[in-house]
Amino acid sequence: MHMFEAIDLARFQFAFVVSFHIIFPAFTIGLASYLAVLEALWLWKKDDRYLKLFNYWLKIFAIAFGMGVVSGIVMSYQFGTNWSVFSDKTGPVLGPLMGYEVLSAFFLEAGFLGIMLFGMNKVGKKLHFFATLMVAFGTFFSAFWILSVNSWMHTPAGFSINDVGQFVPENWIEIIFNPSFPYRLTHMLMAAYLTTAFVVGAVGAWHLLKNNKNLCARTMLSMAMWMAAVVAPLQLIAGDMHGLNTLEYQPAKIAAIEGHYETKKGAPLILFGIPDDEAMEINSIVEIPKLGSMILKHDFDAEIKGLKDFPADEIPPAEIIFWSFRIMVGIGMAMIALGLWSLFLRWKDKFYSTKLFHIVCMIMGPAGFIAVIAGWITTEVGRQPFTVYGMLKTIDSVSPIDAPAVATSLLVFIVTYFLVFGAGTYYIFKQFSINPDIDKDQTKKVGSLGVSLKLFDKA
Amino acid sequence: MSIELIWAIILCFAIFAYVVLDGFDLGIGINYPFISSKWERDIAMNTVAPIWDGNETWLILGGGGLFAAFPLAYSVVLPALYVPLTAMLIGLILRGVAFEFRWKDKSKTQIWDKAFIIGSITATFFQGVALGAFLQGIPIEGRSFNGDWWHWLTPFSIFTGIALIFGYGLLGSTWLIYKTENKTKRHMQFLGKRFFILTLVMILIVSLWTPYLHPEYFHKWFSYPRILYVLPVPLLVLIATVFCFRALIKNYDFQPFLWSIVLFLLSFIGLMISIYPNIVPPGLDIWQAAAPKKSLQFLLIGVLIFIPIIIAYTSFTYWVFRGKTKPNESYH
Repeated sequence: MHMFEAIDLARFQFAFVVSFHIIFPAFTIGLASYLAVLEALWLWKKDDRYLKLFNYWLKIFAIAFGMGVVSGIVMSYQFGTNWSVFSDKTGPVLGPLMGYEVLSAFFLEAGFLGIMLFGMNKVGKKLHFFATLMVAFGTFFSAFWILSVNSWMHTPAGFSINDVGQFVPENWIEIIFNPSFPYRLTHMLMAAYLTTAFVVGAVGAWHLLKNNKNLCARTMLSMAMWMAAVVAPLQLIAGDMHGLNTLEYQPAKIAAIEGHYETKKGAPLILFGIPDDEAMEINSIVEIPKLGSMILKHDFDAEIKGLKDFPADEIPPAEIIFWSFRIMVGIGMAMIALGLWSLFLRWKDKFYSTKLFHIVCMIMGPAGFIAVIAGWITTEVGRQPFTVYGMLKTIDSVSPIDAPAVATSLLVFIVTYFLVFGAGTYYIFKQFSINPDIDKDQTKKVGSLGVSLKLFDKA
Repeated sequence: MSIELIWAIILCFAIFAYVVLDGFDLGIGINYPFISSKWERDIAMNTVAPIWDGNETWLILGGGGLFAAFPLAYSVVLPALYVPLTAMLIGLILRGVAFEFRWKDKSKTQIWDKAFIIGSITATFFQGVALGAFLQGIPIEGRSFNGDWWHWLTPFSIFTGIALIFGYGLLGSTWLIYKTENKTKRHMQFLGKRFFILTLVMILIVSLWTPYLHPEYFHKWFSYPRILYVLPVPLLVLIATVFCFRALIKNYDFQPFLWSIVLFLLSFIGLMISIYPNIVPPGLDIWQAAAPKKSLQFLLIGVLIFIPIIIAYTSFTYWVFRGKTKPNESYH
């Protein structure tokens, strides 16, 4: 029987806890902004529909945020427990960036979350809105710093190496705004907004299928689909620019994504194929001639370097990221298509009456999460066999921990995460199933703010 | 004062802030088994519901700060404490999600209350174990932890684990004395007195045990003239004990909590005296483990700007939710 080595277990554990974790921030970054928009619309238009939607999504936000926090604390300890050599070497550069994340983001979110959840009756509307904004800013700052950290691992810059092998900061601006950071940040923020939009849209569509006249559900679906129609195409552009940046700094990752083992002039765009890393070849290809060179180098005859021309111990596994990339892009294309369809239906005035459209919106509800995870697998597995690209190998980053210890912790994490986050997901779905347009009788009566505020107290 | 020392002080501040703030949060979970009515449990939970998340953020600052300022210490201590820290994290997950989940399904409240209790006690116990294992010393070879994955497990570390359960129990019950009224408050006063006595016994035993862990610790506390410098610590503990006892007997509102914090502070100072100038006992000192000056300076700017702001808005949140927590103060 093949025994897993400590490093395999540590890698799997990291992949597991980080994949679970990213689900929550990907959702809460977008949801915090959505809540801020809803509350702003409520304050501005004085329409109680927005308050109802705010309260509705606030409860979901609370559950998702709580799970994001506890799974995030695990992350902040993973670096040290399982990747201690990495921590020792990169701490001087990455530590302060994470420190700024804690100081500027985590405290801000946590500090104002209490007021956002419990404080409406205590601080008044304006201050409450301020708290909501702070939470939303917090999620943004958090994304800013942690993506800077992650980007530096892909495109390290602004450092030197000292005599004990640590990365030492030389230029903080170069470190923070390292070459891949602006692209990654844009790409991820848009991904978070899209993820949230498709969840909101799916919930709206679900309630419209139950009752086509539900005003809150209509607002949800409409807002979500505007987001999809505008941001999904922009995301395609951002993704393309991110890809070009990767080609410049991590050409091996691009070669693996594209399934290019051989260096070719006028390389094709391989739509489908079965990559084989052992034999270093790709089979059953469906390809478009020369389009690969066109997309990557904007020239039909440009040369694209294949995996065979990189050192054999410095290339990522095409067998994984060839697929994960296609899943991500496929979902992106489906999002764009759905956005276009929504525009067409609005134009024909059938946006709220086309059942098939609503069903498709529901099916697309989890699409953002799948795309986010597929995208992260692509970029992180594509960085292998390095943790700090070109500088520090994964195998040289791991803690000196015995395999049984890591195997045990991995098992415990898996069991706990499935139980706890399974329950959380169930509660979120339970919340989804509640009609957002709660208490219709009250809706008619609610004219004054006082009555509507009582919705906060509803158990 | 060197920037390395400033950073050691900042970390001490973050860790102490964590111990006190999450200490009373976790302490509520430790008191939970003795609070049986659902109504009282709801109130107890709601006294911290708006603030627990902020309290726990100090733990991330402690971990993140150690990573940034003393990466070598971070990369030695965390693998050495692999098991207790993993168990602590699992505990924190269980009780963290209970804050929301227990309201979501009336038939499952009991289950999540159990998760809250087990999670709080597990997290507390293993924090105490981690502290004990840390005090005992962590063997280092080159730039790595050099020991097996059960190195942390000793009678002393188990004992400090139990001690912390009583200590956080005291913080939790005195916090609830401060935040509740009537029957619940009387109930917490009863529990507070018991946790107070247990905590005192534990402080005494750990204080007497620690110097015998290492000749160096013994030297710091009992050699002349050092004993003159460190003597105020046990004397102040004695004074705080008297005041805390008095506050509990006289059924004061806020003072039991305040004096419990003072007891924690003095114990914490005692620990710092034992460990200094090391950051990882027995052999890694603050200067050896520190990150390069450029790293320390860059994040120090952030600390100087953000910590006052954080303290300001955290205080504001506490002020918003000041006074006794009333039933049904929840958005659920």
